[in-house]
Amino acid sequence: MTPFEHSVLDVAGVQNAYIHTMWTVLLGICALMYVLVLGFLLWALLRARRTPDPVRPAESTGVESALYAWIGLVIVGLFGITITSYAVDRAIFAAGQKSGLALEVTSQQWWWDIKYQNDDPSQSFHTANEIHLPVNVPVTISLRSPDVIHSFWVPNLHGKQDLIPGRDTDIHLRPTRTGVFRGQCAEFCGAQHANMAVYVFVESQQDFDRWRAGQLQAATAPTGSTAAQGRDSFMTSACPLCHTIRGTDAAGVTGPDLTHVASRASLAAGALDYNRGNLAAWIADPQGIKPGNHMPTVGLSPQDLQSIAAYLDGLK
Amino acid sequence: MCSRYLRISLVGPLWIVTLLALGGCQREKRQFQSSPVTESGPMQVRTTDLQAGQTTPLQPDARRALYENNAYNLSEGKRLYQWFNCVGCHAHGGGDSGPPLIDSAWRYGGEIEQIYATIQQGRPNGMPAFGGKIPEQQIWQIAGYVRSISGNLSRSASPGRNDEMQTSPPEQLMEKQPPVTSSPAATEGTQK
Repeated sequence: MTPFEHSVLDVAGVQNAYIHTMWTVLLGICALMYVLVLGFLLWALLRARRTPDPVRPAESTGVESALYAWIGLVIVGLFGITITSYAVDRAIFAAGQKSGLALEVTSQQWWWDIKYQNDDPSQSFHTANEIHLPVNVPVTISLRSPDVIHSFWVPNLHGKQDLIPGRDTDIHLRPTRTGVFRGQCAEFCGAQHANMAVYVFVESQQDFDRWRAGQLQAATAPTGSTAAQGRDSFMTSACPLCHTIRGTDAAGVTGPDLTHVASRASLAAGALDYNRGNLAAWIADPQGIKPGNHMPTVGLSPQDLQSIAAYLDGLK
Repeated sequence: MCSRYLRISLVGPLWIVTLLALGGCQREKRQFQSSPVTESGPMQVRTTDLQAGQTTPLQPDARRALYENNAYNLSEGKRLYQWFNCVGCHAHGGGDSGPPLIDSAWRYGGEIEQIYATIQQGRPNGMPAFGGKIPEQQIWQIAGYVRSISGNLSRSASPGRNDEMQTSPPEQLMEKQPPVTSSPAATEGTQK
């Protein structure tokens, strides 16, 4: 797996930059108040050690004016937080008003289906668990869930957005620098909630266009006899009932699109890094690697397993 | 004395409730991997009572209880019934180009072994053979769910309601309709 970032504090998107401002202001104000409270506490402790002076009157200690100052400080602090929150909310809303790219993300137990939308159907395509975005282009992601509540969260780019069955939600992103950012389902959604990652690759416009052109292609024909054998085994076993490979007879829609599976960095929503060995292991024993997921154990002969892995590994 | 009676009267029911609650665990037991890994099913199953001489009774399969009385297997079967487009021909049990599954009439038998064989081998006039396409464990799960459409399931394992709108009533509310095997010729053309 290529190195990735996964942190709220390493800002990589316009929206997260605003949220980061809010976070900094909140931290600053709260830290100041915390230090003051502890300071006053310390002062009170030290002061109490002194023996009381019976002659000096009590009202001249300045406690009353200190209390007024304290109340003023609390009001100013709370107003500071409220105004910042309001401004940040407005700014995030304004940033989501423009869109240069439309995506549709469907969360399933336990993986992400990614559809690149285009008015021209020949220009839209599906992929899984991996989003590629051009840098500095505003993007609108429509979020949908057919089963339970999930939450889309790429901490470097934006906050969380829930995906609720029966209700369409959306999230707007604008990445500001290139890199690989890990996202994670942030709402407990069942047994494999932890193994439900999505990787966001932010690239230059040229790299993105190249990737997109590659993804739009139908699957490459198998090269070599093992891979050709693998294609035949794939098509005649249980695989095409759930999986699509564009350009072949396989057109199932309940599992991830495998047209370019070998071009991805991970398998099974981040449960495994992508390589041919892991791919074969995943096909042989999906329930051992990710118990409870909806990929069944298919009784394949060792030859079929190896040839199918060889075929899929050629689908760059 | 009083406290001892109190203790017995409290602890007794508590034990019973705990044991009852533990009994419920079986309902939810999840077996992700079929055992053995490549599950098999009954390959030769009688599908009709029409037989020369004395009728031989159907041999019940040992896995019957696992797939009929387990909530997880039933709900998986329900999911797969949608995913593999059983709905395309049988609708949500009411039938369309395929026969209805919500009633008591079965052309090729309504026991889970017989439904398994029907899905696995296919049947004349349109039912495709899914053997080698759908893994065996999933055929078992679908067969269990298909039986539940006509109420033939354990009440303790049945789902109470559907998450989304559906045309057929929840399995728990379905009146149990014991299967009546009729020959395809007898069912053909009858309007029920």
